[in-house]
Amino acid sequence: MIEIRSLTKRFGPVDVLRGVDLTIRPGRVTAVVGPNGAGKTTLIKAILGLARPDGGAILLDGAPVVGDGAPRGDAAVAYRARIGYMPQIARFPEQLSARALFAFVAELRGAGAGARDDELLERFDLAAHLDKPLRALSGGTRQKINAVLAFRFRPALLVLDEPTAGLDPLSSAILKDKVSAERAAGRTFILTSHVMSELEELADDVAFLVEGRVAFAGSREQLQTLTGQARLERAIAHLMLRAPIRGAGAEAAA
Amino acid sequence: MTALSLSTTSAATSAAISDVPSDSPSAAPPTPGTVAAQVLRHGVRNLAHSRWLLGYALFFLLVTDALLRFGGGGGRALLSLVNVVLFVIPLVGLVFGTTYLHDTREFTELLLAQPVGRGALFAGLYLGLALPLALAFVVGVGLPFAWHGVGAAGELVTLGVLAGCGAALTGIFVALAFLIAVRSEDKVRGLGLAVGVWLALALLYDGLVLLGVALFADHPVERPVLGLMLANPIDLARVLLLLRFDSGALMGYTGAVFTRFFDGTLGAALAAGALAVWLAVPVALGARAFRTKDF
Repeated sequence: MIEIRSLTKRFGPVDVLRGVDLTIRPGRVTAVVGPNGAGKTTLIKAILGLARPDGGAILLDGAPVVGDGAPRGDAAVAYRARIGYMPQIARFPEQLSARALFAFVAELRGAGAGARDDELLERFDLAAHLDKPLRALSGGTRQKINAVLAFRFRPALLVLDEPTAGLDPLSSAILKDKVSAERAAGRTFILTSHVMSELEELADDVAFLVEGRVAFAGSREQLQTLTGQARLERAIAHLMLRAPIRGAGAEAAA
Repeated sequence: MTALSLSTTSAATSAAISDVPSDSPSAAPPTPGTVAAQVLRHGVRNLAHSRWLLGYALFFLLVTDALLRFGGGGGRALLSLVNVVLFVIPLVGLVFGTTYLHDTREFTELLLAQPVGRGALFAGLYLGLALPLALAFVVGVGLPFAWHGVGAAGELVTLGVLAGCGAALTGIFVALAFLIAVRSEDKVRGLGLAVGVWLALALLYDGLVLLGVALFADHPVERPVLGLMLANPIDLARVLLLLRFDSGALMGYTGAVFTRFFDGTLGAALAAGALAVWLAVPVALGARAFRTKDF
């Protein structure tokens, strides 16, 4: 599991994260939601090591990987071999083909000849596009390649940032099925999305961020009990309305 | 320990995130050297298809060929080339470098989310840009000399010094471009800063030095001017090159002073050493900025 402890981050005059405490449970899909500017992206980037927190720590399966107590130097990056990341915008070097991209990332990960997960590749029917330069592909197709890459090396933790943005309904359904299947296989997901139906379908747990703090963290059942709303969209809207009054949700979840 | 306690509360889920079939952690992680080499190879391959790089090489090819054809003799062609090189290489290194890095930012983020260290990634990205640019210049200038033939042996040495200075300037200004691109979030601002640095070092610097000398004409200014020359890599390269031509008048004011203080060998060694420092400092600063950046 992932434990985030008192994580703080400041960008110039802005306190983006003001002490985030959050536990992400293994084998579940945790949706990180919240209003714009709540710190969702920064939190995800901190987990990936892209943004450096000013204070606090992130622990993966009990071992510090970011912040206080995390290893330095070469050992500091090893944990990312367990993470697959699907960024919101897929911009690749334009001359590169998908096949070359996969090979390049495999080399960087030091991924052995172990089994690759190419289920999405087949279900998205991308075989014909593998050798074309990525610039010749549509935005949606590039986004599919992006998704394939995140799952390909069978990471234990997947971080998906607005995964279905730019995908057509069929592809979006394929991706959601894939998330459900891999979750059932024991993989852990961190998901951000503005599409409520998607969260409704996928999220087991919800972490609700407001102004750099966790205003609510817990299962959907807990969220329902707290807000009295059966549907996730209503429940989250309820949280957003109540957002200025903080604290109650976080305690209820603990 | 917390993972253990959780497994008792939620039996349906695995205790730890890593308790799933996964091939990545078991495989040997690549060393930083391997990562840098892979990123470098990727950069070179990516640029090999770039029309900009091809155009850059062609530009030097055409200019060199024209100078050799119509400029009358290899020596004079080289002298004319020096001025082209001193203007164009810093400009292209800065502008192309800044643009390239801003354009590949999202992909750099994707690479950083892999288990690769930032130092190794920086080395790969930097060399993957600087080496192809330097090679395009060397090939572009070298080929016309190859088919027109080099006159005296001294000319060959001069050509070598030109290639070395061009490569060093490429390295320096690509490093400065990295520093600018890492520090500036906005592409247009980064580009503006890059052009500003070029204007300052390539055009304004010598003029300002000359102005200062005119203002302080009654004082002994030669030593301060010497220091100022060491502070500008373009001036250093100019001195290194023009020491080979015995034409101090073409060296700008700082160059002329320099040749009066140092004879050829000592001066060349000093200028080359200063150029090496100029290469090391921006690279180190760029690497540090890249290591601590929030993407």
